Amino acid sequence: MPVEVRVTAVLQKLVGGAKIVPGQGGTVAEVLDDIDGAHPGFLSQVTQENGQLHRFVNIYLNDEDIRYLSQLETPVKEGDVLSILPALAGGSGSAHAVQEQPCCSTA
Amino acid sequence: MSVNVYVPTPFRRLTGNRTHVEASGRNVGEVLESLESVYPGFHSLIFNERNEVPAHINIYLNNREIHGLEGTRTSVADGDELALIPAIAGGAGGALTLDQVTRYSRHIIMPQVGPVGQRKMMQAKVLIVGAGGLGSPIALYLAAAGVGTLGIVDFDVVDLSNLQRQLLHQTDDIGKPKVQSARETLNAYNPEVNVVLHETPITSENALDIIPQYDIIVNGADNFATRYLVNDASYLAGKPLVDGSILLFDGQATVFLPGKGCYRCLFPEPPPPGLVPSCAEAGVLGALCGTIGSIQATEVLKLILGIGEPLVGRLLLYDALSMEMRQVKLRRNPNCPLCGDHPTVTELIDYDAFCGAPPISHPQEAQVGAGD
Repeated sequence: MPVEVRVTAVLQKLVGGAKIVPGQGGTVAEVLDDIDGAHPGFLSQVTQENGQLHRFVNIYLNDEDIRYLSQLETPVKEGDVLSILPALAGGSGSAHAVQEQPCCSTA
Repeated sequence: MSVNVYVPTPFRRLTGNRTHVEASGRNVGEVLESLESVYPGFHSLIFNERNEVPAHINIYLNNREIHGLEGTRTSVADGDELALIPAIAGGAGGALTLDQVTRYSRHIIMPQVGPVGQRKMMQAKVLIVGAGGLGSPIALYLAAAGVGTLGIVDFDVVDLSNLQRQLLHQTDDIGKPKVQSARETLNAYNPEVNVVLHETPITSENALDIIPQYDIIVNGADNFATRYLVNDASYLAGKPLVDGSILLFDGQATVFLPGKGCYRCLFPEPPPPGLVPSCAEAGVLGALCGTIGSIQATEVLKLILGIGEPLVGRLLLYDALSMEMRQVKLRRNPNCPLCGDHPTVTELIDYDAFCGAPPISHPQEAQVGAGD
């Protein structure tokens, strides 16, 4: 089933700058695999090595968090919209210049 | 001349609960007399025993108070708007002054606000974490609205790179502590607002001293550690938290009410350090601060006034490039360690460790701060 996958600014870089990426599959997991096939490295930004979603990334099927549906096994149908939303915190980073190692919001 | 008369809440029992009625006359006095003939009882509410309009009743003809015109002899024209605005003495504090009724007239003439709502705003205490990109428009709009006490938490100083978006600060303020610059700006807009400065990082040691002093907490923080800290402390103190964030061309906003979900329900864990860039690394379109910050200010005012539907249980997603707003549902996670059915976080923790950063050696360069 072709579905529309929306990614926010940080993930857009991985899919050639697109905000909306088409994906194929019967479940959320299959759609993510499909996108990773076209854009290697995408999946690791969204899921951990054990296959579970990163805990700072949410995926919404239309407007429902898939954690309250069937997680990555949530079925999708044609016309559905998946929105991938990583946490973002903004920030200037300037207050942390003296740190030897990066803090949360600076690299 | 037929005019439209706005009837304030205390008088509506005379008009069958109608907010607006039509009345006629050549001047304000005749219009008021015609009101009395159609809705008996008005005269004694508006006029005192000397047949004058007392000082605690303001009458606006097209938003101009008649005492500054020709009083009840002021002529009216077809289609004019007459608004009767009594001072309401209920609750703490006295009636609004004439200056306040003028300053806040655009609020007061709205039925959903009125003098009662305006006084609620003036009695409210709101804490804004961060006097930066988001904190600036939030603080500005709340100060302009007359929110009586605004606490500002920020330990940073104004930097040239802030001026692209941080509207509280101007070029002359570079090098000044942000809270000081904030107070100067806010009081220039509205000297009546009590701006309380918290020139300190917000930490696990002080958050539960600061937050309980306020009614509503607003997050304009710039790093994950502060977000989790403010979230936890607001929940533990039982305070609503109006949350917002921005990066590049995206923004998010929501309202967390204790018991209806929290930031940990949304993102149980922060990303590892370095994975999600800050605005300093990735950038942000300055005007986004105004969009999301104004939304946060609006949500604060809705909570104070008790009107509309706040963004509780909804996460607003804003894409500035396509100019799209969407919403997704937010729920309380029954397994949330803070607000779930079996909480494990019952006091503030070490948020630096939680976010994976090393502890700080120099106490002043505390990592958990509100610096943007």
